[in-house]
Amino acid sequence: MIDKTLKQLSQALAAKEVSSVELSTLFLDRIERLNPDINAFVTVDREKTLAMAAAADARIAAGTAGPLTGIPIAQKDIFCAEGWRTTCGSKMLADFVAPYDATVIEKMHRDAGLVSLGKTNMDEFAMGSSNETSFFGPVKNPWDRTRVPGGSSGGSAAAIAARLAPAATGTDTGGSIRQPAALCNLTGLKPTYGVVSRYGMIAYASSLDQGGPMGATAEDCALLLNTMAGFDARDSTSLERPAEDYTRSLEQPLAGLRIGLPKEFFAAGCDAGVMAAVQEAINEYRRLGATIVDVSLPNSHLSVPAYYVIAPAEASSNLSRFDGVRYGYRAPDYGNLDDMYMKTRAQGFGEEVKRRILIGTYVLSHGYYDAYYLQAQRIRRLIANDFVDAFKSCDVILGPTSPTTAFKLGEKSADPVQMYLSDIYTIAVNLAGLPGMALPCGFAGGLPVGLQLIGNYFDEARLLNVAHRYQQATDWHQRRPQGIE
Amino acid sequence: MSLTPEQVKRIAHLARIEVSESEALTTQGHLNGIFELIEQMQAVDTTGVEPMAHAQDVSQRLRPDAVSEADRRAAYQAVAPETEAGLYLVPKVIE
Repeated sequence: MIDKTLKQLSQALAAKEVSSVELSTLFLDRIERLNPDINAFVTVDREKTLAMAAAADARIAAGTAGPLTGIPIAQKDIFCAEGWRTTCGSKMLADFVAPYDATVIEKMHRDAGLVSLGKTNMDEFAMGSSNETSFFGPVKNPWDRTRVPGGSSGGSAAAIAARLAPAATGTDTGGSIRQPAALCNLTGLKPTYGVVSRYGMIAYASSLDQGGPMGATAEDCALLLNTMAGFDARDSTSLERPAEDYTRSLEQPLAGLRIGLPKEFFAAGCDAGVMAAVQEAINEYRRLGATIVDVSLPNSHLSVPAYYVIAPAEASSNLSRFDGVRYGYRAPDYGNLDDMYMKTRAQGFGEEVKRRILIGTYVLSHGYYDAYYLQAQRIRRLIANDFVDAFKSCDVILGPTSPTTAFKLGEKSADPVQMYLSDIYTIAVNLAGLPGMALPCGFAGGLPVGLQLIGNYFDEARLLNVAHRYQQATDWHQRRPQGIE
Repeated sequence: MSLTPEQVKRIAHLARIEVSESEALTTQGHLNGIFELIEQMQAVDTTGVEPMAHAQDVSQRLRPDAVSEADRRAAYQAVAPETEAGLYLVPKVIE
C-alpha cells in the first residue's frame, strides 16, 4: 500500500479495499517509526488526522467523494492551517497556531477531501537549499542519511522518499520544489506564477513564490495540481483563468515534440554523473519521437545574482511583519519599543534569514536602489525575454535540475555563495514566472539525478504530459531507497 | 564593493536586528562574498530595458467597497504576545 500512486490509492479507496482511516494510520505509524531519524515532519497530530480521515470515509460512503478524497498527504509548514502549529521552520513562529486556513489548505482538505498527515520541515522561511537553516534541525535524505534532502521543501521531499506520505505540497521561490525533488528521486512541479493562490502561504519573495505539488509521479502531480490551482480573489496576483484538468493530456504521444536544450545548461559547471544521466534522458526522448533543438538563454548566468537582490529585497519587506507585536516570538527582556523589535528579531530569526534581510535592506536603501534593485529588475526582463525567444523554436526546455546530486550535511552550510549556486538551473524559471518540473532520470554514485523540464506560460498540462510519457518508458521514479521498509 | 563593519551595523539597525561587534564582523564577511556574486550584474548594459517587477503583466483588481470578512479579532489576538481590551500592548512610546 505504501508504494501505491495517488491514482492507485484512489481506486483502492473507491473499491473499499482500504479505508482512509486505515490508510492514514498506516502512514502515521510509519512517521512515528521513521521520522525521529529523518526529521521530515515538524508537527504530527494523530487525532486531527484521523478525524479528517473519518470525515473522508463518511464522504466516500455517502458517494460525495472526489477523486482524491481520503488520501493522506503532507503539508509544507509554510501553509497556514487553522488549529495546526505553523512554524515556517522558524523560532519566530515555533509556537504559532494558525487562526485561519491558507487557500491551498482549504481547497485540498475541505474541498477535495485529502487528509493531512502533518506539517513538514523546511528551511527557515523557505530560505535555503539544504533544509539546514530550519530551527527544527536538518532533514536527512532517505537515500543517504549523511546527506541533505535539498531545500527549501526538504521535509516534504524526504517524507515522500521515505514513504511517510504518498505526496506533499511544496513551494518554489528559486527552486525549492524542483531541487529537493531532484535530490530525493521525486517528481515536483512549480506552476506558472499566479496559478496557485499564495493566500495563507507565508511570504518570502512575493513576486517569485509559488506553491505546487510533489509526488512520486507526474500523474500524481497532475492530480494534486487539480486540487490546488484556481483563481483566488484573496491573492492579489492570482490569475483569473478558466479551471483546467491537468491530467487531460497525460497520455498524448510525444512524436513531433520539440525539446530545446539551452547550451548554457550543458556547459561546464555540472557534475559529470548528473550530465550523463541527463544525456541518457535526452536519448530516451528521441526514442519517444521528440525532436531535439539547440536553444540559448544567454543571460541565464545572471539569474543567481539578480535573484539575490530581488528575493532578499522582497523578503526584507515581507519579514518586517515579525516584530513581536501581533504574533510569533517576542524577546523576554527588552527596554523601549525599538529595543523590543531589535532583540525579538535578533533572537527569533536564524543566520540565513538575517543575512537575506540585511541584503534586502541594503539594496533598497537610499543611494543603492538604482544600482542594485532596478538593475536586477532590468536583468530579470532580459532573462524572461531569453525564454520568450527560446520558445519560438521549441515546446519545452530540458536540462539538469541541480548541478550536483545530494551533498553532505554541513558541506555547504558555511559558505552561502556555494549554497546559492545549487540553484543555478532553477532560479531563472522563477524570475520569468514560468512553470518548471523536476523528475527522476537516473543515478550518479548511487544518488538520484533530477531532470528539469521548463514550459511556456500555462503549459503545465504539456509539461506533465512530457514527464508522464517518460515515466511510462522508464522506471527511475519507481526506485526506492533502502532502509525504509 | 565592500561593506565595513559600521555599514553592517547601520543596515542591521535599519532592519531592526540587533548585532554584536563579533556578529557584525562575521556578517560582513558573508555579505561581502554575496555582494561579489551580485556585482556580476554591473557588467551588463541595461540601458533602455524596462525593469520587470512581476512575472505577469497584470494590474491590480478592484473590488466593491463592501465588507467581506467576518470579525475574528479574538481569534487573531489569541496568538499575540500581549493584548488588553482588544489592543496590542507594546512598551510605552510617549512619556
